Amino acid sequence: MTTTTGIPAATGALGTARTRVEGRDKVTGAARYAGDIPLPELAHGWLVLSTVARGRVRSVESDAVLAMPGVLAVLHHQNAPRINLDYVGMVGRPDPVIGVFQQDRVPFRGWPVALVVAERPEQAREAAEQLVVHYDQEPHDVTFYAGHPGAYTPEDSPFGRAEETKGDVEAELAASAFVVDAEYTTPEEHHNPMEPHAATAHWDDGRLEVLDSNQGSTWVATELAQIFSLDPGSVRVRSEHVGGGFGSKGVRPTQVAAAMAATVLQRPVRVVMTRRQMFSAIGYRSPTAQRVRLGADASGKLRALDHRSECLTSTVHEFIERSASVGRVLYDAPAHHTSDRVVRLDVPTPTFMRGPGEAPGSFALECALDELAEKSGIDPIELRVRNEPDRGPISGLPFSSRNLVACMEEGSRRFGWADRDPRPGLRREGRWLLGTGMAAASFHSGVGPSTAAVTAEANGTFTVRINAADIGTGARTAIALVAADALGVDPERVRVVMADSDLGPAMFAGGSMGTRSWAWAVSMAVGELRERLALGGDIPPEGITARSDTSEAIGALAQKERHSFGAQFAEVAVDVTSGEVRVRRMLGIFAAGRIVNPLTARNQLVGGMIWGISMALHEEAIRDRASGGHVGPDLAGYHFAANADVPLVEADWVDDPDPDDPVGIKGVGEVGIVGAAAAIANAVWHATGVRHRHLPIRPDRVLSAGTNVPEHRPGA
Amino acid sequence: MAPAPSPTSSVITLTINGEKHTLPVDHRTTLLDALRDHLDLTGTKKGCDQGQCGACTVLLDGRRAVSCLQLAVAAEGREVTTIEGVADGDRLHPVQQAFLDLDGYQCGYCTPGQICSALAVLEEHAEGWPSAVTTDVRPEAGPAPLTPEEIRERMSGNLCRCGAYVSIVQAVARAAEARTDRNEEVVA
Amino acid sequence: MREFGYQRVGDVAEAVAVLGDDPEARFLGGGTNLVDLMKTGVERPARLVDVRELPLGQVESTADGGLRIGATVTNSDLAAHPEVRRRYPALTQAVLAGASGQLRNMATVGGNLLQRTRCGYFTDVTVACNKRLPGSGCPAIEGEHHNHAILGASEHCVATHPSDMAVALTAFDAVVCYETADGPGELPLADFYLPVGDTPHLETALPSGALITGVTLPPAPVAARSRYRKVRERASYAFAIGSIAGALDVRAGVVHDVRLAFGAVASRPWRAREAERSLTGGPVSADAFAAAADAELAAAKVLPHNGYKVPLMRNLVVAVLTELAEEAAR
Repeated sequence: MTTTTGIPAATGALGTARTRVEGRDKVTGAARYAGDIPLPELAHGWLVLSTVARGRVRSVESDAVLAMPGVLAVLHHQNAPRINLDYVGMVGRPDPVIGVFQQDRVPFRGWPVALVVAERPEQAREAAEQLVVHYDQEPHDVTFYAGHPGAYTPEDSPFGRAEETKGDVEAELAASAFVVDAEYTTPEEHHNPMEPHAATAHWDDGRLEVLDSNQGSTWVATELAQIFSLDPGSVRVRSEHVGGGFGSKGVRPTQVAAAMAATVLQRPVRVVMTRRQMFSAIGYRSPTAQRVRLGADASGKLRALDHRSECLTSTVHEFIERSASVGRVLYDAPAHHTSDRVVRLDVPTPTFMRGPGEAPGSFALECALDELAEKSGIDPIELRVRNEPDRGPISGLPFSSRNLVACMEEGSRRFGWADRDPRPGLRREGRWLLGTGMAAASFHSGVGPSTAAVTAEANGTFTVRINAADIGTGARTAIALVAADALGVDPERVRVVMADSDLGPAMFAGGSMGTRSWAWAVSMAVGELRERLALGGDIPPEGITARSDTSEAIGALAQKERHSFGAQFAEVAVDVTSGEVRVRRMLGIFAAGRIVNPLTARNQLVGGMIWGISMALHEEAIRDRASGGHVGPDLAGYHFAANADVPLVEADWVDDPDPDDPVGIKGVGEVGIVGAAAAIANAVWHATGVRHRHLPIRPDRVLSAGTNVPEHRPGA
Repeated sequence: MAPAPSPTSSVITLTINGEKHTLPVDHRTTLLDALRDHLDLTGTKKGCDQGQCGACTVLLDGRRAVSCLQLAVAAEGREVTTIEGVADGDRLHPVQQAFLDLDGYQCGYCTPGQICSALAVLEEHAEGWPSAVTTDVRPEAGPAPLTPEEIRERMSGNLCRCGAYVSIVQAVARAAEARTDRNEEVVA
Repeated sequence: MREFGYQRVGDVAEAVAVLGDDPEARFLGGGTNLVDLMKTGVERPARLVDVRELPLGQVESTADGGLRIGATVTNSDLAAHPEVRRRYPALTQAVLAGASGQLRNMATVGGNLLQRTRCGYFTDVTVACNKRLPGSGCPAIEGEHHNHAILGASEHCVATHPSDMAVALTAFDAVVCYETADGPGELPLADFYLPVGDTPHLETALPSGALITGVTLPPAPVAARSRYRKVRERASYAFAIGSIAGALDVRAGVVHDVRLAFGAVASRPWRAREAERSLTGGPVSADAFAAAADAELAAAKVLPHNGYKVPLMRNLVVAVLTELAEEAAR
């Protein structure tokens, strides 16, 4: 069958709620994730992680383990093939943790020291547990605290500048009518996607094939080619369905170890991490120690903003949790200082985790704003409105669009903020003290170069090919909607092929940049296709394909401050006799660019806010000073919100298309978590009169702090 | 005479979604691994392998259970229902349809477990089982209505890191309504 | 996980005989704790004797008005049983406060009593632990212990018992019934768990090779007005940081009978007998409740990070008894 070409009418697919393209597969169990795909002759690899926090591997006693039933190989630093880590990937130089089995040095507890491969996973697991590794142990330091003598100011990097200064902070503080000076801490937090990291590697006709769980197959394939010194075309990475990532699913020891073992054994090898292993080998969010000083004049206008944050990294790789940067977007002041410092400890390297920088940074800054509101007697929303900058406080650049005030106003109306009595400790319901709080949010809107191909098929349908990843965002559906809208056809007629490095380079799903980056490439290819279809004529059996590459267009993008914004509102109930805190309701109003699919975008924004609940009340990895490892690194020892912790959480948005983006997108993946923990902490203060500046707000902390309700002036 | 060492593997017959499967298993193999690795029923997911997340939830003799802590050899003789056995051919079960329509998931990895758990929640509630948030558990108090609060508590054994809980609760509530409507039709 | 033999047994005598006195054999019930411990390497049995199908799955009324609960009754069936809900509502509430619906369907009464501590050092075989490896030390005392014991612990171990169910059973004077090759035996739950002392690895007074066959609850009219309150670090699906089973019988404005047991504060469910003594025959008032709690908690020994449990338990005693008293007054 052939179809005559021509330009159809627009359908308005964009912005219309659509259920997920792959929804049926997900609710029937048909969707195959990386560890679900059967392969003949599949062998199973089990990672062995170090049990000392610093030292050297003296020996790996593999003989006894090789004699165990089903064991095929033990890879370790003395027998593993040499690999290359001297390259710069999509997110910079690689974390040495992925260069598995190349050296005897152990820089932290949980460092991969061996891979045991066996016919069956039960055999591999038991052999891995029985493998005796001898270490020369050295003293370690794993304890993070504010003012650690080893802290230093890192070099600037493409991810941000360590320090920004303007004006005289001390002078402005001294001249301020109201001053807040407070210290905040956030703990070590872990991504914990529900699907553990899994990779299956095999050689197929001279190509390394990896069935993987990742956030971007271009990212992983290009690095694997570097690591194994292969021609880029000789590596194919696919990740059809991904069970969550949140920043943790880039190149990890799983893919490298699986590829190495598949090469040595010349048969398919699967490596799946245990939940416990994930606490050491996939990155995490650094704990932070932050100090915020705010000075304001009598009208609440900021004279000084000083935000200093410290974080940690490993001894082998530098990753900075840029908590201080959020103030460079949200508020201006004549004196403005923001800095991130870092200390190297004998711990794994942290990495990007949902809302990197902004999530912990906004907790400190937005709580400090609330403290300033309390001191100045100005309503927290009004205080923020009075401090709205008209351009980037540090960059001086214009905002592409900034609708934070609209978010606060809409949120205020819907949450019922106007009726709020600002005084703390006044509301009680049985054993529960009630309070409300709010916070502002921002997250930068970025975009990465991508290629796409769109084919008009002879049967009247369209096929979009792009190496996008769907880690739960609804990317497959969003891309179909973007393409359908640009093509002017019903989304049912668009098929999306993705998550395969053979499709060509594309941005990964991260930094709230995925959908924007892919949509740009798809809309560009559709534009080209429509021009060709406009020429008329029959579509040949192989279809007509147009391709795009957004590198040039993105490079030409004007320099502006581009961010999603939001206003977070929370109501909490606190029982200070037991220390329990329950969130009763949350509302988030966002200005996050054009919303492609309201159904999935709302879900993702709400999901981010629920991350805020977990961050505020639950999440905390405990590191044991003596062993250097975690205590209870599993989902019973590391809590995030269960269903019962989550009330009705609502997210909505104001109209806010990015004028310079072809589709108007900004990104919704991260802004939902930003400010959410602060809104909850501010609500806890409103309920109890006590500021909780250390996360999580655990029952023991609430119980120990009790209430602090100031005397209210009669008639006030 | 010393007792003969016990064998460490067995040939077992599992009844899964109404079908009998005979397979040799290492006794260490959990029901979860038997489903995934031996029978290619990979809809049941491994999230923690320690009974701490609920992603591996299946129905055992009609009741929900975590298959990661259930040894396969000990499941012989029991009726196992997995996510693959929930739909009626091409027709989705109302719980599945509600999850799809209301976007009761994001990455989808916890979803099979959530759906199996939700099926059991509806049964448990119909049988009058109280929950930890039921104010009065005495039988005289009668069954608690399946409020959002009850659904949240009853579904709390299934963690969702994406944070799709709000739509999960809505999906379970919708399926519960559909079930009530169906039952009323039968009565009428 | 080590390779192991597996045998399913059909009656109690067979179960006891098959297990014998083999220290490397374990009874398998629901497996919710044992299989997990096998995965983490804490338990490495050579043989499992599967007792789940033993005919011990009934909850029955006893002639004297109590209940006899079979060892293989699942947590779910126990919680849902009408007589448990009617006569011992705190027991239903305690069971429902534990774990998740899935785990409660699997877990058995016998296994629940024998579950091991969730101390993070106990479950990590790469670090020291006196309970797992006697004499190796207790890193919790100098390390992470914010959810560890304040009562009855020793310098050798500060772990807590994780069960909710056992707290309610303790409050109601449950008796554990067991079978050995030499015949049946009984142990009051109060004597079932051994003091920690310098032998934290010895947890119960069950004879070696014994199989728990059930639990008997004596009649307790006071239990009809009872409740269980659990505080934890998230709203559900988490172990307690403090819990309490309470029952109160007020007659003519005076405490006629009272039961109090604490969870998550000791190596075993902690029957608060000092508090009960302080209350019995006395007035029904918040002051009396607080004084009773203080009497019990006077023996508390706290570490740097678990001291909050003292006010927590004190507040829970006052709150739960106040609620029960208000209920009684209605």
